[in-house]
Amino acid sequence: MSESTVDVLPELKQIVGALLFAAKEPLSIKRMRKAMIETGNGFSGPYEQYAKATDAQIKGALEELQEDLAKAKLGLDVAKVADAYRLQNDAACGPFVRALLEKNQTMRLSKPALETLAIVAYRQPCLRSEIEEVRGVSVDAVLRKLIDMQLVRVVRRSELPGRPWLFGTTQRFLEHFGINTIEDLPGSSELKRAMPEEGQKQSTETFPEMEKELSEKKPSAEATEDESVAALNEEIKGAEEAAEEGLES
Amino acid sequence: MDLIQDDYKITLEVFEGPLDLLLYLIKKDEVDIYDIPIGRVTDQYMEYLKLMKVLDLNIAGDFIVMSATLMLIKSRMLLPAESRPDMEEEDAEDPRWDLVRQLVEYKKFKDAADHLEDLELHMENVFGRESEHVELGTPPDVDLRDASIFDLISSLNDALGRVQEEDLQEIFAEEYTVSQKITYIVENLKRMKRLSITDLFTGMKSRQEIICTFLAVLELIKLNRIAAVQEDHFGTIMVEPREPEKDGIEALEEEGIVGGELL
Repeated sequence: MSESTVDVLPELKQIVGALLFAAKEPLSIKRMRKAMIETGNGFSGPYEQYAKATDAQIKGALEELQEDLAKAKLGLDVAKVADAYRLQNDAACGPFVRALLEKNQTMRLSKPALETLAIVAYRQPCLRSEIEEVRGVSVDAVLRKLIDMQLVRVVRRSELPGRPWLFGTTQRFLEHFGINTIEDLPGSSELKRAMPEEGQKQSTETFPEMEKELSEKKPSAEATEDESVAALNEEIKGAEEAAEEGLES
Repeated sequence: MDLIQDDYKITLEVFEGPLDLLLYLIKKDEVDIYDIPIGRVTDQYMEYLKLMKVLDLNIAGDFIVMSATLMLIKSRMLLPAESRPDMEEEDAEDPRWDLVRQLVEYKKFKDAADHLEDLELHMENVFGRESEHVELGTPPDVDLRDASIFDLISSLNDALGRVQEEDLQEIFAEEYTVSQKITYIVENLKRMKRLSITDLFTGMKSRQEIICTFLAVLELIKLNRIAAVQEDHFGTIMVEPREPEKDGIEALEEEGIVGGELL
C-alpha cells in the first residue's frame, strides 16, 4: 500500500502522542524520527514532509503535547526519563493504578543502599574505596546488591595500581528514580568531583548511521549484570589476597 | 537436632556505620558539628559500642577503628596547641578537623540519599505504558527505615538504666529466651495494635530479660513482622505489626522460632 486512505494529515503533536502510546518503553527523539522517516519514505506524496521533521520540531511537539495534557487534566503526563520520553500517569492517580495492577507491595531501597547509590551517582565513575571512604564502612554487600538490582554497573578499570574497577549508575537507575540525567540531581556541582566530560555526540547524523547506531546500542551499551558481579568478586578477592600477603610478610 | 533449640543466636547486621553513630550523637545532643565536644561524644560513642557488643550485633571493625580515632583526637585536644607533637606541618590545625570534614561530607550524601528516597516514593505512583515498575531484585535484608538502630539502642540504654544493678556474683539459669519474647511481643501486639517500646520493657527486672526482649524486637523487624516507628526525631518509638507477609512467616518457621500462629 503506497497511499493512505486518511484525508486529514495528522499534526506532529498527534503523531508523537500516538507513538508514545504505542511504545512499551521510553522513546528517544531519534527513534521517533526514525519512524517518521520510514513512514515518509514508505508513503509517497504529502507524507514525505514527515521525513523532514527535525529533532527540534519533534521536541517542540512533545512539549506541546505535555502542556496540552496538563491543561486538559487527562491524568496523563509526558515525562523525560533517561533521555527518552514516555507517557505516564499523573502521580496523584498512582494509588488507583496501583490497585488496578495489584502492585501494592512496592520494593524500596534501604538507607545504606540509597547512600551508596547517591555516592556512585554523584561521583561516578568511582572506586569502591571512594564509596567506603565517604560512608566509613565496607560496602561490598550493598554494592553487590545494587549490581544485582542492575542499578549500578562496572564502567571500566581505573589506571590506578591494581587497576581497580570503576562503578557507575545504569539506565535502570534513572528509570527507577524517574531522573532524566544525572545532572538533574540537586547540588550535583557541589557533590560531584571535577571530571572530564565524555564527549557527547550531537544528533546530526543521517538515517542510515542512525539506524546502525540504534541497532548496535542495545547490546553494547552497558556491561551486563553478570560481568559487573564478576568484576566486583574479582576485585574483592584481589583485595583479600593482598591483605593476607600483607599479614604474612 | 540441637539439644537446645531455644539457644538461638541473632545475627543482625548493623548497616549503619561509625559515622552514622557520630552524626546521631551530634544531632541528639544538638551540638555544633564544627565544634564537637570530643570528650563527651567519645564517652557516648563508647557506651553505645559497649551495648552493641552486649547485644552481640555483628558490628563492623570500622566501629573499633573510629573509637581509636576518637581517643587519639581526644588526647591531642588535651595538649596545648604549641606542644602538640609536630605532626608534619599542620600541627596548628584543630585535631578534629579531618573528622569534621568527613562528617560534613557524609552528611551531604545522606541528604542526597534522602532526596533519592523522595524520588523513589514519588515513582511508586507513576506508571508508564509498560505498566510495570522497574522491578528490583531481592529486597535488602534489614530495613530499619523508620527508627534507626541507634534510636533503638538508645531506648535499650534507657531501659537498662532503670534496672537496679544486679548482684554480679549471682549465677542464674537462663530464664528468658528470645523466642519466648517474640511470642510475648506478638501476643501483646495482637491485643494492643500499637505499643511504645518503653511499655515493652516495663516490669522487667533483669538485664537479661530486657536484652532478650530487645533482640526479639530486632528479629521481628528483620523479618518484617513489625515496624518500629518514630514520629519525631528522638521521640518515643512505637512498635506496630506489619502486614502479614508470606516470606516472613516462612522464615520464622524455617528457623524454628515459632511453631504456632503469628499475629
